[in-house]
Amino acid sequence: MTAPTGITRATLLKDLRLEWRSKDAINSMLFFSLLVVIVFSFSFDPTAEESRQIAGGLIWVAFLFAAVVALNQTWAHELRNQVLDAYRVSPAPANSLFIAKTLGNFILVSVLEALMTPLFIVLYRLRALGPVWQLLLVAVLGTWALVVNGTFFAAMSIRTRSREIMLPLLLFPISLPALLAMVWATTAILNGEGARVWMALLVSYDLVFTTVCLLLFETVLNAE
Amino acid sequence: MNRAFPILGILTAILLSYALYQALVVAPTEQTMGDVQRIFYYHVPSAWTAFVLFFVNFGASVFYLIKRKPAADIVALVSAEVGVVFCTVVLVTGPIWARPVWGIWWTWDMRLTSTLVLWLIYVSYLFLRRFSSSGQTPTLAAALAVLGALCVPFVYFSIWFFRTQHPQPVMGGGGSIDPRMLHVLLINWLAFSCFAFLVCWSRYRLESLQREVDQAHALESLLDPRGSTR
Repeated sequence: MTAPTGITRATLLKDLRLEWRSKDAINSMLFFSLLVVIVFSFSFDPTAEESRQIAGGLIWVAFLFAAVVALNQTWAHELRNQVLDAYRVSPAPANSLFIAKTLGNFILVSVLEALMTPLFIVLYRLRALGPVWQLLLVAVLGTWALVVNGTFFAAMSIRTRSREIMLPLLLFPISLPALLAMVWATTAILNGEGARVWMALLVSYDLVFTTVCLLLFETVLNAE
Repeated sequence: MNRAFPILGILTAILLSYALYQALVVAPTEQTMGDVQRIFYYHVPSAWTAFVLFFVNFGASVFYLIKRKPAADIVALVSAEVGVVFCTVVLVTGPIWARPVWGIWWTWDMRLTSTLVLWLIYVSYLFLRRFSSSGQTPTLAAALAVLGALCVPFVYFSIWFFRTQHPQPVMGGGGSIDPRMLHVLLINWLAFSCFAFLVCWSRYRLESLQREVDQAHALESLLDPRGSTR
Protein backbone atom coordinates (compact mmCIF):
# COMPACT_ATOMS: atom_id res chain seq x y z
CA MET A 1 0.00 0.00 0.00
CA THR A 2 1.24 3.46 -0.89
CA ALA A 3 1.80 5.96 1.88
CA PRO A 4 -0.71 8.85 2.14
CA THR A 5 1.94 11.33 1.04
CA GLY A 6 2.66 9.14 -1.97
CA ILE A 7 -1.00 9.27 -3.00
CA THR A 8 -1.03 13.02 -2.54
CA ARG A 9 2.09 13.41 -4.65
CA ALA A 10 0.83 11.08 -7.38
CA THR A 11 -2.53 12.87 -7.64
CA LEU A 12 -0.94 16.30 -7.56
CA LEU A 13 1.61 15.42 -10.26
CA LYS A 14 -1.09 13.84 -12.40
CA ASP A 15 -3.25 16.97 -12.15
CA LEU A 16 -0.33 19.28 -12.87
CA ARG A 17 0.72 17.17 -15.86
CA LEU A 18 -2.84 17.23 -17.19
CA GLU A 19 -2.95 20.98 -16.74
CA TRP A 20 0.50 21.45 -18.28
CA ARG A 21 -0.55 19.55 -21.40
CA SER A 22 -3.99 21.06 -21.89
CA LYS A 23 -3.57 24.46 -20.13
CA ASP A 24 -7.38 24.64 -20.07
CA ALA A 25 -7.84 25.99 -16.57
CA ILE A 26 -4.97 28.46 -16.53
CA ASN A 27 -5.84 29.91 -19.92
CA SER A 28 -9.50 30.42 -19.12
CA MET A 29 -8.60 31.89 -15.71
CA LEU A 30 -6.08 34.29 -17.20
CA PHE A 31 -8.42 35.48 -19.91
CA PHE A 32 -11.30 35.76 -17.48
CA SER A 33 -9.38 37.84 -14.95
CA LEU A 34 -8.02 39.97 -17.80
CA LEU A 35 -11.62 40.67 -18.80
CA VAL A 36 -12.51 41.56 -15.21
CA VAL A 37 -9.58 43.98 -15.02
CA ILE A 38 -10.52 45.63 -18.33
CA VAL A 39 -14.18 45.91 -17.35
CA PHE A 40 -13.18 47.49 -14.05
CA SER A 41 -10.86 50.00 -15.68
CA PHE A 42 -13.64 51.00 -18.08
CA SER A 43 -16.06 51.40 -15.18
CA PHE A 44 -13.80 53.66 -13.10
CA ASP A 45 -11.13 56.07 -14.20
CA PRO A 46 -9.18 56.39 -11.00
CA THR A 47 -6.27 58.67 -10.27
CA ALA A 48 -3.20 57.13 -8.62
CA GLU A 49 -4.40 58.15 -5.15
CA GLU A 50 -7.93 56.79 -5.59
CA SER A 51 -6.76 53.58 -7.20
CA ARG A 52 -4.65 52.87 -4.14
CA GLN A 53 -7.87 52.96 -2.09
CA ILE A 54 -9.83 50.59 -4.32
CA ALA A 55 -7.06 48.39 -5.76
CA GLY A 56 -7.21 45.86 -2.89
CA GLY A 57 -10.87 45.22 -3.62
CA LEU A 58 -10.44 45.07 -7.40
CA ILE A 59 -7.51 42.65 -7.29
CA TRP A 60 -9.16 40.20 -4.95
CA VAL A 61 -12.53 40.27 -6.63
CA ALA A 62 -10.84 39.53 -9.97
CA PHE A 63 -8.86 36.65 -8.43
CA LEU A 64 -11.91 35.29 -6.64
CA PHE A 65 -13.96 35.19 -9.84
CA ALA A 66 -11.09 33.64 -11.76
CA ALA A 67 -10.42 31.07 -9.04
CA VAL A 68 -14.02 29.86 -9.29
CA VAL A 69 -13.33 28.96 -12.94
CA ALA A 70 -10.47 26.67 -11.90
CA LEU A 71 -12.23 25.31 -8.82
CA ASN A 72 -15.24 24.27 -10.86
CA GLN A 73 -13.00 22.04 -12.97
CA THR A 74 -11.24 20.49 -9.96
CA TRP A 75 -13.32 17.36 -9.73
CA ALA A 76 -14.59 17.30 -13.30
CA HIS A 77 -11.68 15.10 -14.47
CA GLU A 78 -12.46 12.57 -11.79
CA LEU A 79 -16.10 12.17 -12.82
CA ARG A 80 -15.15 10.83 -16.24
CA ASN A 81 -14.75 7.02 -16.18
CA GLN A 82 -15.99 7.00 -12.54
CA VAL A 83 -12.53 7.75 -11.14
CA LEU A 84 -14.06 9.30 -8.05
CA ASP A 85 -16.12 6.17 -7.36
CA ALA A 86 -13.01 4.05 -7.79
CA TYR A 87 -11.23 6.28 -5.33
CA ARG A 88 -14.04 5.90 -2.84
CA VAL A 89 -13.89 2.12 -2.83
CA SER A 90 -10.08 2.08 -2.67
CA PRO A 91 -8.46 2.05 0.80
CA ALA A 92 -6.61 5.32 0.04
CA PRO A 93 -7.35 8.00 2.68
CA ALA A 94 -9.75 10.66 1.42
CA ASN A 95 -7.69 13.49 2.86
CA SER A 96 -4.69 12.63 0.65
CA LEU A 97 -6.89 13.34 -2.33
CA PHE A 98 -8.24 16.53 -0.78
CA ILE A 99 -4.76 17.85 0.02
CA ALA A 100 -3.56 17.03 -3.49
CA LYS A 101 -6.50 18.85 -5.08
CA THR A 102 -6.11 21.84 -2.74
CA LEU A 103 -2.38 22.11 -3.45
CA GLY A 104 -3.05 21.81 -7.18
CA ASN A 105 -5.56 24.65 -7.07
CA PHE A 106 -3.25 26.68 -4.86
CA ILE A 107 -0.46 26.38 -7.43
CA LEU A 108 -2.82 27.30 -10.28
CA VAL A 109 -4.24 30.36 -8.54
CA SER A 110 -0.74 31.45 -7.41
CA VAL A 111 0.50 31.28 -11.02
CA LEU A 112 -2.49 33.34 -12.06
CA GLU A 113 -1.76 35.94 -9.38
CA ALA A 114 1.91 36.10 -10.30
CA LEU A 115 1.00 36.74 -13.94
CA MET A 116 -1.84 39.20 -13.31
CA THR A 117 -0.32 41.36 -10.57
CA PRO A 118 2.16 43.14 -12.90
CA LEU A 119 -0.74 44.01 -15.19
CA PHE A 120 -2.67 45.46 -12.25
CA ILE A 121 0.35 47.51 -11.24
CA VAL A 122 0.68 48.92 -14.75
CA LEU A 123 -2.99 49.59 -15.40
CA TYR A 124 -3.76 51.14 -12.02
CA ARG A 125 -0.39 52.84 -11.52
CA LEU A 126 0.08 51.17 -8.15
CA ARG A 127 3.00 51.65 -5.82
CA ALA A 128 2.99 50.13 -2.36
CA LEU A 129 3.77 52.53 0.48
CA GLY A 130 4.12 49.66 2.96
CA PRO A 131 6.48 46.64 2.96
CA VAL A 132 6.04 44.45 -0.12
CA TRP A 133 6.85 41.16 1.64
CA GLN A 134 3.69 41.63 3.69
CA LEU A 135 1.67 41.77 0.48
CA LEU A 136 3.20 38.45 -0.48
CA LEU A 137 2.19 36.99 2.88
CA VAL A 138 -1.37 38.27 2.49
CA ALA A 139 -1.50 36.76 -1.00
CA VAL A 140 -0.39 33.34 0.25
CA LEU A 141 -2.77 33.35 3.24
CA GLY A 142 -5.69 34.72 1.23
CA THR A 143 -5.21 32.34 -1.67
CA TRP A 144 -5.08 29.40 0.71
CA ALA A 145 -8.32 30.53 2.37
CA LEU A 146 -10.09 30.72 -1.00
CA VAL A 147 -8.65 27.48 -2.32
CA VAL A 148 -9.19 25.27 0.72
CA ASN A 149 -12.86 26.25 1.00
CA GLY A 150 -13.27 26.28 -2.76
CA THR A 151 -11.93 22.74 -3.21
CA PHE A 152 -14.19 21.53 -0.42
CA PHE A 153 -17.30 23.21 -1.80
CA ALA A 154 -16.44 22.08 -5.33
CA ALA A 155 -16.57 18.50 -4.04
CA MET A 156 -20.03 19.33 -2.68
CA SER A 157 -21.36 21.17 -5.69
CA ILE A 158 -20.26 18.42 -8.09
CA ARG A 159 -23.02 16.31 -6.54
CA THR A 160 -25.75 18.85 -7.21
CA ARG A 161 -27.81 19.86 -10.19
CA SER A 162 -26.50 22.98 -12.01
CA ARG A 163 -23.12 22.48 -10.34
CA GLU A 164 -21.36 25.36 -12.08
CA ILE A 165 -23.55 27.95 -10.41
CA MET A 166 -23.68 26.13 -7.08
CA LEU A 167 -20.00 26.63 -6.21
CA PRO A 168 -20.04 30.45 -5.99
CA LEU A 169 -23.37 30.32 -4.14
CA LEU A 170 -21.74 28.20 -1.43
CA LEU A 171 -18.26 29.67 -1.52
CA PHE A 172 -18.89 33.42 -1.47
CA PRO A 173 -20.94 33.77 1.75
CA ILE A 174 -18.53 31.65 3.81
CA SER A 175 -15.49 33.37 2.29
CA LEU A 176 -16.74 36.87 3.07
CA PRO A 177 -14.70 37.27 6.30
CA ALA A 178 -11.55 36.05 4.54
CA LEU A 179 -12.25 38.31 1.57
CA LEU A 180 -12.78 41.28 3.85
CA ALA A 181 -9.48 40.53 5.58
CA MET A 182 -7.57 40.13 2.28
CA VAL A 183 -8.98 43.28 0.77
CA TRP A 184 -8.36 45.48 3.80
CA ALA A 185 -4.94 44.01 4.53
CA THR A 186 -3.93 44.73 0.91
CA THR A 187 -5.35 48.24 1.01
CA ALA A 188 -3.70 48.94 4.35
CA ILE A 189 -0.29 47.81 3.07
CA LEU A 190 -0.65 49.74 -0.18
CA ASN A 191 -1.36 52.84 1.91
CA GLY A 192 1.53 52.19 4.28
CA GLU A 193 -0.64 51.33 7.30
CA GLY A 194 -0.37 48.33 9.62
CA ALA A 195 -2.30 45.21 8.70
CA ARG A 196 -1.37 42.96 11.60
CA VAL A 197 -4.91 42.32 12.88
CA TRP A 198 -6.18 41.45 9.41
CA MET A 199 -3.31 39.02 8.94
CA ALA A 200 -3.98 37.43 12.33
CA LEU A 201 -7.60 37.04 11.26
CA LEU A 202 -6.52 35.39 8.00
CA VAL A 203 -4.16 33.01 9.79
CA SER A 204 -6.87 31.89 12.23
CA TYR A 205 -9.43 31.60 9.41
CA ASP A 206 -6.99 29.42 7.44
CA LEU A 207 -6.25 27.22 10.45
CA VAL A 208 -9.90 26.71 11.45
CA PHE A 209 -11.23 26.06 7.96
CA THR A 210 -8.35 23.81 6.89
CA THR A 211 -8.88 21.69 9.99
CA VAL A 212 -12.64 21.45 9.57
CA CYS A 213 -12.42 20.73 5.84
CA LEU A 214 -9.95 17.91 6.54
CA LEU A 215 -12.25 16.54 9.25
CA LEU A 216 -15.37 16.63 7.08
CA PHE A 217 -13.98 15.79 3.64
CA GLU A 218 -14.23 12.04 4.01
CA THR A 219 -17.88 12.37 5.04
CA VAL A 220 -18.64 14.55 2.03
CA LEU A 221 -16.75 12.29 -0.39
CA ASN A 222 -18.61 9.21 0.82
CA ALA A 223 -22.04 10.85 1.08
CA GLU A 224 -24.58 8.59 -0.55
CA MET B 1 -49.17 14.99 19.59
CA ASN B 2 -52.18 15.63 17.37
CA ARG B 3 -54.13 17.17 20.23
CA ALA B 4 -51.23 19.25 21.51
CA PHE B 5 -50.83 20.98 18.17
CA PRO B 6 -54.15 22.93 18.03
CA ILE B 7 -53.85 23.74 21.75
CA LEU B 8 -50.42 25.23 21.20
CA GLY B 9 -51.77 27.02 18.13
CA ILE B 10 -54.54 28.69 20.13
CA LEU B 11 -52.14 29.56 22.94
CA THR B 12 -49.74 31.12 20.44
CA ALA B 13 -52.54 33.14 18.86
CA ILE B 14 -53.61 34.48 22.25
CA LEU B 15 -50.03 35.24 23.21
CA LEU B 16 -49.35 37.01 19.90
CA SER B 17 -52.48 39.18 20.25
CA TYR B 18 -51.58 40.02 23.83
CA ALA B 19 -48.03 40.88 22.74
CA LEU B 20 -49.39 43.05 19.93
CA TYR B 21 -51.62 44.93 22.40
CA GLN B 22 -48.69 45.34 24.77
CA ALA B 23 -46.40 46.61 22.02
CA LEU B 24 -48.85 49.04 20.42
CA VAL B 25 -50.82 50.31 23.44
CA VAL B 26 -49.25 49.48 26.79
CA ALA B 27 -45.58 50.13 26.09
CA PRO B 28 -44.60 53.76 26.71
CA THR B 29 -43.89 55.90 23.67
CA GLU B 30 -40.21 56.57 23.18
CA GLN B 31 -39.29 60.22 23.85
CA THR B 32 -37.24 61.12 20.80
CA MET B 33 -38.26 58.55 18.19
CA GLY B 34 -42.00 58.43 18.88
CA ASP B 35 -44.25 55.61 17.74
CA VAL B 36 -41.86 54.34 15.08
CA GLN B 37 -39.76 52.90 17.88
CA ARG B 38 -42.50 50.30 18.49
CA ILE B 39 -41.16 48.28 15.55
CA PHE B 40 -38.41 47.41 18.01
CA TYR B 41 -40.82 44.91 19.63
CA TYR B 42 -40.91 42.98 16.36
CA HIS B 43 -37.39 43.58 15.15
CA VAL B 44 -35.47 42.43 18.22
CA PRO B 45 -37.57 39.32 19.08
CA SER B 46 -37.33 38.22 15.44
CA ALA B 47 -33.55 38.59 15.59
CA TRP B 48 -33.28 36.59 18.80
CA THR B 49 -35.59 33.89 17.44
CA ALA B 50 -33.57 33.68 14.21
CA PHE B 51 -30.32 33.34 16.15
CA VAL B 52 -31.79 30.60 18.36
CA LEU B 53 -33.02 28.75 15.27
CA PHE B 54 -29.62 28.98 13.57
CA PHE B 55 -28.06 27.61 16.72
CA VAL B 56 -30.57 24.74 16.68
CA ASN B 57 -29.59 24.13 13.06
CA PHE B 58 -25.93 23.86 14.04
CA GLY B 59 -26.67 21.49 16.93
CA ALA B 60 -28.92 19.28 14.81
CA SER B 61 -26.34 19.17 12.00
CA VAL B 62 -23.55 18.09 14.34
CA PHE B 63 -25.87 15.50 15.84
CA TYR B 64 -26.74 14.25 12.37
CA LEU B 65 -23.08 13.92 11.38
CA ILE B 66 -22.40 11.83 14.49
CA LYS B 67 -25.57 9.74 14.85
CA ARG B 68 -27.04 9.80 11.30
CA LYS B 69 -30.61 10.10 12.58
CA PRO B 70 -32.99 11.34 9.83
CA ALA B 71 -34.99 13.24 12.46
CA ALA B 72 -31.95 15.41 13.23
CA ASP B 73 -31.69 16.25 9.54
CA ILE B 74 -35.34 17.31 9.41
CA VAL B 75 -34.82 19.50 12.50
CA ALA B 76 -31.81 21.11 10.82
CA LEU B 77 -33.73 21.77 7.62
CA VAL B 78 -36.78 23.15 9.40
CA SER B 79 -34.84 25.41 11.75
CA ALA B 80 -32.82 26.86 8.87
CA GLU B 81 -35.95 27.56 6.84
CA VAL B 82 -37.84 29.25 9.67
CA GLY B 83 -34.65 31.01 10.79
CA VAL B 84 -34.18 32.52 7.34
CA VAL B 85 -37.77 33.78 7.44
CA PHE B 86 -37.23 35.48 10.81
CA CYS B 87 -33.87 36.84 9.69
CA THR B 88 -35.63 38.31 6.65
CA VAL B 89 -38.14 39.96 8.99
CA VAL B 90 -35.18 41.50 10.86
CA LEU B 91 -33.59 42.77 7.65
CA VAL B 92 -36.89 44.26 6.45
CA THR B 93 -38.06 45.87 9.70
CA GLY B 94 -34.61 47.35 10.36
CA PRO B 95 -34.60 49.72 7.36
CA ILE B 96 -38.26 50.65 7.99
CA TRP B 97 -37.18 51.87 11.41
CA ALA B 98 -33.87 53.31 10.24
CA ARG B 99 -35.34 55.53 7.54
CA PRO B 100 -37.25 57.92 9.87
CA VAL B 101 -34.75 57.66 12.75
CA TRP B 102 -31.35 57.71 11.06
CA GLY B 103 -32.56 59.25 7.80
CA ILE B 104 -31.11 56.38 5.76
CA TRP B 105 -32.42 52.96 4.85
CA TRP B 106 -29.21 51.08 5.29
CA THR B 107 -25.72 51.57 6.66
CA TRP B 108 -22.77 49.19 6.63
CA ASP B 109 -22.82 49.13 10.40
CA MET B 110 -21.39 46.11 12.19
CA ARG B 111 -24.65 44.60 13.37
CA LEU B 112 -26.49 45.17 10.10
CA THR B 113 -23.69 43.77 8.01
CA SER B 114 -23.14 40.68 10.11
CA THR B 115 -26.87 39.89 10.14
CA LEU B 116 -26.88 40.23 6.37
CA VAL B 117 -23.92 37.86 6.02
CA LEU B 118 -25.61 35.39 8.37
CA TRP B 119 -28.70 35.55 6.18
CA LEU B 120 -26.56 34.93 3.07
CA ILE B 121 -24.92 31.86 4.66
CA TYR B 122 -28.22 30.24 5.54
CA VAL B 123 -29.82 31.09 2.21
CA SER B 124 -26.91 29.33 0.51
CA TYR B 125 -27.58 26.38 2.84
CA LEU B 126 -31.16 26.23 1.61
CA PHE B 127 -29.93 26.48 -1.99
CA LEU B 128 -27.67 23.47 -1.46
CA ARG B 129 -30.58 21.51 -0.05
CA ARG B 130 -32.73 22.46 -2.99
CA PHE B 131 -30.17 21.57 -5.65
CA SER B 132 -28.58 18.36 -4.40
CA SER B 133 -30.04 14.96 -5.15
CA SER B 134 -32.05 13.53 -2.29
CA GLY B 135 -29.79 10.78 -0.93
CA GLN B 136 -26.72 12.93 -0.21
CA THR B 137 -28.52 16.11 0.82
CA PRO B 138 -28.49 15.49 4.59
CA THR B 139 -24.74 14.84 4.78
CA LEU B 140 -23.71 17.66 2.46
CA ALA B 141 -26.07 20.09 4.16
CA ALA B 142 -24.84 19.12 7.62
CA ALA B 143 -21.22 19.68 6.56
CA LEU B 144 -22.14 23.09 5.15
CA ALA B 145 -24.07 23.98 8.32
CA VAL B 146 -21.01 23.22 10.45
CA LEU B 147 -18.77 25.38 8.24
CA GLY B 148 -21.38 28.13 8.19
CA ALA B 149 -21.71 28.17 11.97
CA LEU B 150 -17.93 28.26 12.36
CA CYS B 151 -17.86 31.19 10.00
CA VAL B 152 -20.10 33.27 12.29
CA PRO B 153 -17.37 34.32 14.79
CA PHE B 154 -15.14 35.31 11.87
CA VAL B 155 -17.94 37.35 10.37
CA TYR B 156 -18.52 39.20 13.63
CA PHE B 157 -14.86 39.78 14.31
CA SER B 158 -13.94 40.87 10.79
CA ILE B 159 -16.86 43.27 10.52
CA TRP B 160 -16.28 44.59 14.02
CA PHE B 161 -12.71 45.40 13.11
CA PHE B 162 -13.75 46.74 9.71
CA ARG B 163 -16.24 49.08 11.36
CA THR B 164 -14.11 50.24 14.24
CA GLN B 165 -11.46 51.17 11.71
CA HIS B 166 -13.98 53.26 9.77
CA PRO B 167 -16.37 54.64 12.39
CA GLN B 168 -19.87 55.58 11.34
CA PRO B 169 -21.85 58.44 12.89
CA VAL B 170 -25.00 56.37 13.26
CA MET B 171 -25.12 53.62 15.84
CA GLY B 172 -28.21 51.94 17.22
CA GLY B 173 -28.78 50.51 20.68
CA GLY B 174 -26.62 51.12 23.70
CA GLY B 175 -27.73 52.88 26.86
CA SER B 176 -30.40 51.72 29.24
CA ILE B 177 -33.94 50.60 28.51
CA ASP B 178 -37.17 51.40 30.38
CA PRO B 179 -38.20 48.31 32.44
CA ARG B 180 -41.73 48.49 30.98
CA MET B 181 -40.25 48.37 27.50
CA LEU B 182 -38.07 45.41 28.46
CA HIS B 183 -41.17 43.67 29.80
CA VAL B 184 -43.04 44.15 26.50
CA LEU B 185 -39.98 43.08 24.59
CA LEU B 186 -39.73 39.82 26.52
CA ILE B 187 -43.45 39.09 26.07
CA ASN B 188 -43.05 39.62 22.36
CA TRP B 189 -40.05 37.37 22.29
CA LEU B 190 -42.00 34.64 24.08
CA ALA B 191 -44.86 35.02 21.60
CA PHE B 192 -42.47 34.94 18.64
CA SER B 193 -40.66 31.89 19.97
CA CYS B 194 -43.95 30.06 20.41
CA PHE B 195 -44.94 31.04 16.89
CA ALA B 196 -41.58 29.90 15.49
CA PHE B 197 -41.86 26.62 17.38
CA LEU B 198 -45.37 26.11 16.01
CA VAL B 199 -44.27 26.76 12.44
CA CYS B 200 -41.24 24.49 12.86
CA TRP B 201 -43.42 21.77 14.28
CA SER B 202 -45.93 21.82 11.44
CA ARG B 203 -43.09 22.02 8.91
CA TYR B 204 -41.43 19.06 10.63
CA ARG B 205 -44.61 17.00 10.33
CA LEU B 206 -44.97 18.01 6.67
CA GLU B 207 -41.37 17.07 5.88
CA SER B 208 -41.62 13.68 7.66
CA LEU B 209 -44.81 12.91 5.74
CA GLN B 210 -43.20 14.01 2.50
CA ARG B 211 -40.29 11.65 3.10
CA GLU B 212 -42.62 8.77 3.92
CA VAL B 213 -44.49 9.41 0.68
CA ASP B 214 -41.22 9.55 -1.28
CA GLN B 215 -40.07 6.30 0.28
CA ALA B 216 -43.37 4.64 -0.51
CA HIS B 217 -43.08 5.80 -4.11
CA ALA B 218 -39.53 4.48 -4.36
CA LEU B 219 -40.57 1.16 -2.88
CA GLU B 220 -43.53 0.92 -5.21
CA SER B 221 -41.42 1.49 -8.29
CA LEU B 222 -38.92 -1.10 -7.04
CA LEU B 223 -41.63 -3.71 -6.57
CA ASP B 224 -43.43 -2.92 -9.81
CA PRO B 225 -40.87 -1.72 -12.39
CA ARG B 226 -43.48 -1.25 -15.12
CA GLY B 227 -45.52 1.09 -12.96
CA SER B 228 -42.55 3.39 -12.35
CA THR B 229 -42.97 5.12 -15.72
CA ARG B 230 -46.34 6.54 -14.68
